[in-house]
Amino acid sequence: MSTKFGRLVSLVCKRGFSISTSVQKGASEQGVKSLNLCSAINQALQIALDSDPRSYVFGEDVSFGGVFRCTAGLADQFGKKRVFNTPLCEQGIVGFGIGLAAMGNRAIAEIQFADYIFPAFDQIVNEAAKFRYRSGNQFNCGGLTIRTPYGAVGHGGHYHSQSPEAFFCHVPGIKVVIPRSPRQAKGLLLSCIRDPNPIVFFEPKWLYRLAVEEVPEDDYMLPLSEAEVIREGSDITLVGWGAQLSIMKEACLDAEKEGISCELIDLKTLIPWDKETVEASVNKTGRLLVSHEAPITGGFGAEVSASIVERCFSRLEAPVARVCGLDTPFPLVFEPFYMPTKNKILDAIKSTVKY
Amino acid sequence: MASWLLARSRVFFSTHQPKNLPFLSPPFLNHTSSSSSVPSRKISPTLFCFSRHESTKADAQLELEHDVAEDDTNQAIDFPGGKVGFTSEMRFISESAQKRVPCYRVLDDNGELVKYSNYVQVSKEMGVKMYSDMVTLQTMDSIFYEVQRQGRISFYLTQMGEEAVNIASAAALAPDDIVLPQYREPGVLLWRGFTLQQFVHQCFGNTHDFGKGRQMPIHYGSNKHNYFTVSSPIATQLPQAVGAAYSLKMDGKSACAVTFCGDGGTSEGDFHAAMNFAAVMEAPVVFICRNNGWAISTPVEEQFRSDGIVVKGKAYGIWGIRVDGNDALAVYSAVHTAREIAIREKRPVLIEALTYRVGHHSTSDDSTKYRAIDEIEYWKMTRNPVSRFKRWVERNGWWSDKDELELRSSIRKQLMHAIQVAEKAQKPPLEDLFSDVYDILPSNLQEQEKLLRKTIEKHPKDYPSDVPL
Ligand SMILES: Cc1ncc(C[n+]2csc(CCOP(=O)(O)OP(=O)(O)O)c2C)c(N)n1
Ligand SMILES: [Mg+2]
Repeated sequence: MSTKFGRLVSLVCKRGFSISTSVQKGASEQGVKSLNLCSAINQALQIALDSDPRSYVFGEDVSFGGVFRCTAGLADQFGKKRVFNTPLCEQGIVGFGIGLAAMGNRAIAEIQFADYIFPAFDQIVNEAAKFRYRSGNQFNCGGLTIRTPYGAVGHGGHYHSQSPEAFFCHVPGIKVVIPRSPRQAKGLLLSCIRDPNPIVFFEPKWLYRLAVEEVPEDDYMLPLSEAEVIREGSDITLVGWGAQLSIMKEACLDAEKEGISCELIDLKTLIPWDKETVEASVNKTGRLLVSHEAPITGGFGAEVSASIVERCFSRLEAPVARVCGLDTPFPLVFEPFYMPTKNKILDAIKSTVKY
Repeated sequence: MASWLLARSRVFFSTHQPKNLPFLSPPFLNHTSSSSSVPSRKISPTLFCFSRHESTKADAQLELEHDVAEDDTNQAIDFPGGKVGFTSEMRFISESAQKRVPCYRVLDDNGELVKYSNYVQVSKEMGVKMYSDMVTLQTMDSIFYEVQRQGRISFYLTQMGEEAVNIASAAALAPDDIVLPQYREPGVLLWRGFTLQQFVHQCFGNTHDFGKGRQMPIHYGSNKHNYFTVSSPIATQLPQAVGAAYSLKMDGKSACAVTFCGDGGTSEGDFHAAMNFAAVMEAPVVFICRNNGWAISTPVEEQFRSDGIVVKGKAYGIWGIRVDGNDALAVYSAVHTAREIAIREKRPVLIEALTYRVGHHSTSDDSTKYRAIDEIEYWKMTRNPVSRFKRWVERNGWWSDKDELELRSSIRKQLMHAIQVAEKAQKPPLEDLFSDVYDILPSNLQEQEKLLRKTIEKHPKDYPSDVPL
């Protein structure tokens, strides 16, 4: 019911996600296919398993394709020894993945929902993140990638909606990556799987079926820790990641109608993040707005804001604006009120520019 | 209620053996499994089969049936925690006994009393209420499922196939026993008097929902009914139940905590923490594990390699029993007795109920993708817990076809009416978005509420019109 409100409208207009990396029409003969985000993830996993015999995909219900179907067909293709169900135990999944990775394998673990990652918190924060450092680089679990769906879907309530990325951004030793679109998802996931550091990869589950984009069929990687200006503008810089970018993009379009030129940046990697790209943009526009679904207090937007204030203080013409989730648990019937909607962003853009 | 409280303390033996109240001495448990001549009939070999790891060379050294023999000499290690005898034989204890722990039952698949079974007697009033509530739960499930399919509620999950575990366990408890559910146990709440209207209100997330519309459908909870609110994260309720039980013990209450989990739930760390805490704290808690064969698409053989769940209790120093979860009388007797043990002896008890999830995991799932339709049909028809119990109440002359027709149509009517009422009811007011995060509203939330109200004024179309502001 609540899907009437908020983002659905914007998402049904497909292929609006990458701008600077858009693919020419008619390229499908050259190995480009229209894919949704779920299939793009599936393709990345398929390539990862195919290109490295020491790679494994596992997690709860992964074998039959996963509750979101992201691992469909993989167990059939690569066998139950490389793609398998685990017992229902997140700490087990991540601990197992660390051990597997420490022996020189690529361990691609799935946590069914980001809301259920917390039993594995100790393994991620105290183990995966410190494995290399504490051993003086004798051991590492860089082959570990933890995939997990995050974010609002319109009816998920407390435990099928959360965006817990900020918890993990407070942990030196892991990387946090969030794609915005199918094409991004495939390239970034392959980079994460092959990156020599443990990574938590949050997948915007709202977009699994809704976001459709031309995706190259071949094996390609997109760089980590590199933000991307996905829309150029001169009056204000907007920074976001994942599903929220499509909402922000709508706000940019509406602002444009009112004569405000917005620059939109996809951070993609939250730690270690690309401050330089944001800094350069803010030095140009003189204004910054950050937006995410997670509660505002202690969210990663606070980190972006503080860093940019440090670097661009004298250039800033207005306080940094944050349009985020409320400081409440994620509420079912109140979801449309909780969300950082397009109009909340638009209002903040206007008041920041007018400041 | 008084009559069923009376019934609860009478243990009935169909063999008329003179016996003391069984829960006072541990040998009772041995007695249950060895002397009751319940044939250990294999239930669905595919489902509950016990697959051992590939055999190794060490097999030859495995003592499969018995524990490792102690030396005759009286020597022992005086180890902290108790003396341990020596043995000169190098033998590994096998992963499990060759024979699986048998499953306690009272009624066979035709609803007939099994000879020599010992069970806790059920009065007519109790029996009829148990059956009626099982039918009510069944009806509620099929109607709610349809309502979800029609898009009127966002989610649902049925108890189909597990009606006996739901209702008979509730029947065996006292109202002041504290229940900490997983999520597939609303029958307990139904038994305790949560009304159909209240169930419907929760699923519609309206202003009458005790949870104030904040959680997904099926996340019921009622303080009045001593039923903690359902939380989606699996197994988190289990250690909490131990804390609740400890409190009951410290307060000298004649009550226990009862907590439910699925077979999948036993894999979580919280399950193991709970079992260990319960044993060490000597907490009066009854763990009821609904082993229904599946955790979403994961079959039990990919969940654990032990002989199910009941044997896990032993490792933690907890009494346990495996019961036929589709036999309402067996569930009733086991839970009733476990409750007495927990309260009188201040110790935890683990009950493994073998049952089957006949429905899909939830409305988000299609279980034909990963399991055989034959298997579902077998459990739905041959091993149906509701029809089995029905045959027993009918045989006792407690129930007729007329009663059945009347009950089913009355429940259906009540539900249809309740749904209409719930659909018309208002959503919870906006202030409920901010209340209850803490006991009082902190300043950040006051500020956010103010800002939000301004935004709503400015962009009313962005917001659902059915939420009072
Ligand atoms: C910590 C956690 N991980 C994963 C899930 C997703 N999930 C919901 S139900 C479920 C399966 C539970 O199976 P079981 O305990 O056997 O209960 P059943 O559904 O069979 O009654 C899973 C994996 C969850 N809710 N919580
Ligand atoms: Mg189960």
